[in-house]
Amino acid sequence: MTVLAVSDLNVHFTTGAGELHALRDVSFDVSENRVVGVVGESGCGKSTLINAILNLLADNGRISSGSIEFSGQELTGLSRRQMRELRGPGIATVFQDPMGALNPVLPIGRQMRNIQYRSGQAKSEKDMRSLEALKRVRLPDPEAVLARYPHEFSGGMKQRIAIAMAVMMEPDLLIADEPTTALDATLEVAMIELLKDLQRQIGCSVLFISHHLGVVAELCDDVVVMYAGEVVERGSTREVFKNPGHPYSLKLLECDPARQTARRRDLPTIPGELPDLNHRPTGCIFAPRCPHRGKECADAPPDRQLDESHIVRCIRAGAV
Amino acid sequence: MLNYAVKRLLLAVAIVSVAMLLLFTMIYLIPGDPAAVALGPRATEAMREALIVKMGLDQPVWVQFWNFFTRAWMGDLGREVLSERPVAQVVMENLPFTMALIAGGMTWSVALGIPLGCWAAVKRGSWADRLVGVLSVAVIAVPSFVIAIYALLIFAVALRWLPAIGAGEPGNPGDQITHLILPSLAVGLGWVGYIARMVRASMLEVLEAQHIRTARAFGLPDAMITYRYALTIAILPTITLLGVGIGQMLSSAVFAEIVFARPGVGKLVYDAILTRNYPLVSGAVLVTTVLFVLLNLAADLLIGALDPRVRSKL
Repeated sequence: MTVLAVSDLNVHFTTGAGELHALRDVSFDVSENRVVGVVGESGCGKSTLINAILNLLADNGRISSGSIEFSGQELTGLSRRQMRELRGPGIATVFQDPMGALNPVLPIGRQMRNIQYRSGQAKSEKDMRSLEALKRVRLPDPEAVLARYPHEFSGGMKQRIAIAMAVMMEPDLLIADEPTTALDATLEVAMIELLKDLQRQIGCSVLFISHHLGVVAELCDDVVVMYAGEVVERGSTREVFKNPGHPYSLKLLECDPARQTARRRDLPTIPGELPDLNHRPTGCIFAPRCPHRGKECADAPPDRQLDESHIVRCIRAGAV
Repeated sequence: MLNYAVKRLLLAVAIVSVAMLLLFTMIYLIPGDPAAVALGPRATEAMREALIVKMGLDQPVWVQFWNFFTRAWMGDLGREVLSERPVAQVVMENLPFTMALIAGGMTWSVALGIPLGCWAAVKRGSWADRLVGVLSVAVIAVPSFVIAIYALLIFAVALRWLPAIGAGEPGNPGDQITHLILPSLAVGLGWVGYIARMVRASMLEVLEAQHIRTARAFGLPDAMITYRYALTIAILPTITLLGVGIGQMLSSAVFAEIVFARPGVGKLVYDAILTRNYPLVSGAVLVTTVLFVLLNLAADLLIGALDPRVRSKL
């Protein structure tokens, strides 16, 4: 069963410089119990995608077309109230920056109690659930944690608290927006292990946003590769990493420092820069930086199916 | 918290001491002979010298300051020139009226300013936001004595809804409160504007913060996000502003007390200056300074109580 189905999603922002086409025809599915990774460089629209799903786009942003289905329910066009009902128990989110993600003037226990406002339980029962959740993320001395404030914790501990809050909701879909980016490498590994465990325990689907290819390869069943607001390739992690079909995915994998075999003076990069999304080209978005571009790339590229679930947005998919 | 409170209290004592030094220096530097001023032109040289000894002016400067300093801390502010009553007693008789006036002004400014600021921030860019913005600037721009005079003319003279002068019958709280409405409005109305602007600005900043996005992502109700999660943080700079604002309210209280012929420290100082009753002026100024420092201390402690980060830093 599909938990989240995004199809042909387009998002525009109205800016001083005109209309910014942030997401173009984004489609992908998150199936039950699967961990789906979204990778791409900074500014490729990963966060916009999450905000669009959660209906938390900034005031100047809007979903101009397409659909987002969550457990069979269409999310675009839901009222504020209906959307609010879904956030938390339906879709829970762990955000990137653990330093700023918790309210600085409320004790952790209060914040964890507040997000259970729907349960109608007594305070003590809510606190019991908070304690359970904190134990699940393996925080030492959870009773003391409840009485303390966010600034008394390290970044890693705060991220565990944020994960505990999301897990406590027992959501159908957990969105993790670069949850490890702000942490150091050892903590990153621990956090990935924790997320894996918790996902198995509560049996939810996970949408995992990252720009770290190694983490995605480690954690995710499926992967969605984004470039400049478009999904250029998606498929099972194994397929995409072993057999990348889009020139961008290929380049991205080549640039992964973990995959360097020979010693060289400079790390490889992709020449050129991200296109100006205020004037999005009609043809292939990656063409200006693509070593394989040809005349046919001036037209919008088709979504080519390479395999059962492996889809690549390139006219020469699989041939490069 | 105790640690924080003790540090703030020590700081307040230091500030009052410095204020005493400044006050003493200012009085010392006023040209002319205090004894001659006090006795008038017909006094004899012997009377003048006797008074100099009595006032301690024959002592070295530092001894004079030390005497002033220690006596002031003990609550002895000297005697006023005309009736020879203790200055401290005269000021304390008038202080409750001024404090009631300031409290009234604060009530107006907080009760109107905070909701208006929140409303403007939540409805950013709407007509409501613009209306609050224009009104805020308008009330900030009008001096409090102008508000006092017009409030008096409209509500007391033309409409006869509220009493015009005095502080009300002693021992009759209802009467005293009706006498307080107009003067406190004059003192507080400008601050409604300041506070609305300040709350709006800091609310907008806080509403953009990451943790507010987290709160929304967990589907918390809007009212809880606005008042529990955002306002608790956005109110902090406003409390600091109010602490400073008390100083300005104390000076507008002078005008309000004169216009409405209310007793109070402002009116007392005004009358004392006109009659050159310098011990009374300096005593009243010192008491006002202490009041200002104490209210700022209260503001600091309130911030410490609301913000755990402040508590742990100091």
